[in-house]
Amino acid sequence: MAAEASLLNVKVVGRSLMLTAAGGWVAQRAAELEALVDGVYRQRSAVDRVEINLEHLDRLDTVGAWLIERLRRAAADARLNAEIVGIDPRFKVLLDEVAISNKEPVPLPRHKHALHDALEHIGIAVAEIGKDFTAIMQFLGEVVVATGRVALVPRRLRFTSIVHHLDRVGYRAVPIILLINFLIGAILAQQGIFHFRRFGAETFVVDMVGILVLREVGVLIVSIMLAGRSGSAYTAELGSMKMREEMDALRVMGFDPVEVLILPRLIALTVALPLLTVLGSLSALVGGGLVSWVYGGFPPEVFMDRLREAVTLDTLLVGMVKAPFMAGVIGLIACVEGLRVEGSAESLGEHTTNSVVKSIFIVIVLDGFFAVFFAAVGI
Amino acid sequence: MAHYKSHHFTGEAETVIRVRNLEVGFHGVKVLKGIDLEIKHGEVIGFVGASGGGKSVLTRSIIGLLPKWNGTIEVFGQDIDAISERERQAIERRWGVLFQGGALFSSLTVRQNVQFPIRENLKLSKRLRDEIALAKLEMVGLHRDVLDKMPSELSGGMVKRVALARALALDPEILFLDEPTSGLDPISAGDFDELIMALQETLGLTVFMVTHDLDSLYTACDRIIALAEGRIIAEGPIESMLEAEHPWLRAYFHGARAQSRSGASA
Repeated sequence: MAAEASLLNVKVVGRSLMLTAAGGWVAQRAAELEALVDGVYRQRSAVDRVEINLEHLDRLDTVGAWLIERLRRAAADARLNAEIVGIDPRFKVLLDEVAISNKEPVPLPRHKHALHDALEHIGIAVAEIGKDFTAIMQFLGEVVVATGRVALVPRRLRFTSIVHHLDRVGYRAVPIILLINFLIGAILAQQGIFHFRRFGAETFVVDMVGILVLREVGVLIVSIMLAGRSGSAYTAELGSMKMREEMDALRVMGFDPVEVLILPRLIALTVALPLLTVLGSLSALVGGGLVSWVYGGFPPEVFMDRLREAVTLDTLLVGMVKAPFMAGVIGLIACVEGLRVEGSAESLGEHTTNSVVKSIFIVIVLDGFFAVFFAAVGI
Repeated sequence: MAHYKSHHFTGEAETVIRVRNLEVGFHGVKVLKGIDLEIKHGEVIGFVGASGGGKSVLTRSIIGLLPKWNGTIEVFGQDIDAISERERQAIERRWGVLFQGGALFSSLTVRQNVQFPIRENLKLSKRLRDEIALAKLEMVGLHRDVLDKMPSELSGGMVKRVALARALALDPEILFLDEPTSGLDPISAGDFDELIMALQETLGLTVFMVTHDLDSLYTACDRIIALAEGRIIAEGPIESMLEAEHPWLRAYFHGARAQSRSGASA
C-alpha cells in the first residue's frame, strides 16, 4: 500500500477534498492508478470542492494525464467544484490536450447475441448465393459481349497473352497432372483386382478402370487440380490488380479489362483443360495397366485387348465433352471472385479461398448433372 | 518494466540517436557509404535527398529492418548490436514508426490498430484502453466515427493519421516518419506538419522525418540533413541549406518549386 499512498494522497480539509498526485503517473502503473482514481469518490465525505495538486508529480504520459483528467471530470460530474493546482509547465500542454479529448463516452463496438449472430450469418450466406448467381450471369454476359467484339475484329484477340497463360495453366501443369492421374489409375486397378479376385473376375478390372477413367475420373481430377492450381492464381492475380487500381488504369486508357485480362485467361483454361484431360486419362490408363501387370498378373497385351472391347469412342467423348464446361465454370468463378476483391489483404485471401471451394463444388455438381443427362440419353 | 522509463520533458538535450560510419548495401552494391550523425532529444530532423539516395535505407537501418555492413548505431545510448533481445524490445517500445503507406493492419479496425501496441505492451483496463485510443485519435485530428472502420474504408489522409495515432500509442520518445505528407494535398500536408509540431511540443518528441516536401522542411524541421550518393552532403538549419554549394542542393532549394515557395512566403 505504500506505493499507492505515494501515488495519490487523499485528505479532507474542512469541506475540501485534497488530492495530491505524486511520483510517476505513467502507463506502466495504469492498473494501480485507475483503481486509485476510481476509488477516490467512493468514500466521499461531505465536501463541496476538490483540489487536485500536481506539485509532486515527476513523470507524466498520456495515460497518466488522462487519469488526472478523469479524476477532474468525475468531480465535475458529482457537481463538485474541481480545480487542478500546481501544474508543472512541462505537463501543461499534455493536460490541456487530454482535457479536450473524450468529451463523450467511447462508443462500444457493436456486440450482438450469439444466436442472433448465427442467424444473421445464415441469412447473409443465403442472400450471398443469390448474389453469386447473378454476379456470375452478369459476368458471363460481359464475357460473351467481349468475345463477340473480339470475334468481329480478330486482331483484338491477345494472342501473346493467351500463349503465356497456356504455358502457365497448361504446359507447366503437365507433370503434376500426369503424376496424379497415374497414381489414381494405379489405385483404382489395385482396388479392383483385390476385390474382383474373390469372384475370379480380375479381368473386368480393365473395363472398370477404362470406363471410370475416361468417363469420370480423368476429367474430374484434372478439373479439381486446375481449380486449385490455376483458378486460385487467377483470383489472386486479378484481385491484387483490382486492389492496386490496375483495372481502373486499363479502363481509363480505353481498354476493357474483360477483353485484356480475362478473355485470354478463360481461353487458355478452356484449351488447356481438355488437353490435360487427354494426357491425364492416358496416364491413368498406364498406371492401371502397370498395376494389372505387376499386381494382377495379366500382361499388357491382354490389358490392351480387354480395353479395346470395353471402351468405345463414346466413352472417351463423354469425358471430353465435359472438359470445356468444367474449364468454363472454373474460369468464370475464379474471375468473378477476383473482381470482387476489395481493399484489404484479408479480402484477397477470402476470395481466393472462395474461388477454389466454389469451383470444386460446382465442378462436382456439374459432373452429376452430366451423369444424369448421359444416362437419360442412354450413352 | 525496469528499463522502460518515460523520458518526456527531461530538459537537457541528451543524444538519442548516434550513428557512426554506417555502411549498408544490397547485392554487393554499397548504398550508404559511411554515415555519421547525431540526433539530440527534442530535435526535429528532416532528411532530404534524391530518390535512391539512401534516405529510406538509413531509416530502415536505424530501426533495424535492414542489416548493416559496417558501423555502429546507438539509440538512447545503447549500441543496438550489443544488447539483448529484451533490451531491444524495450527500445522498440520507446519509438514509433509511421510508414509511408501507413502499414495499418488491414484485418483490424481503426480502434484495434491503435490499441494493438497498447494491448500487447501494457496492462490497461478495457475502458482505459478505449479512452486512450480515442484520445490519441482525437489528438491526430480524427473524429470518433472512424473508431470501428476498417483501414480499407479510409481516405489516404485518414490512413496516415490513424497510422500516426498508432505510432504514438505508447507515448514514444522518437518518432520516425517516412514521407509523412506524400500523397496528401498541400492543405492536408500543412495540417499534418502543424500536427506533428504540436505533438512534438506536447509530448516532447524527437522527430526523424524523411521528406520531399519543401514546406515541411521550412515549417517543421529544426535541422536538415541532405543525403546524396550514400553520403551526408550537408547538414544544418534551412538557411544553411539555401547557401549550400552542392549542385543537387542548389537545384532542390533554388529550383522552380522552391522559388514559388520562397515567393509565397516572402
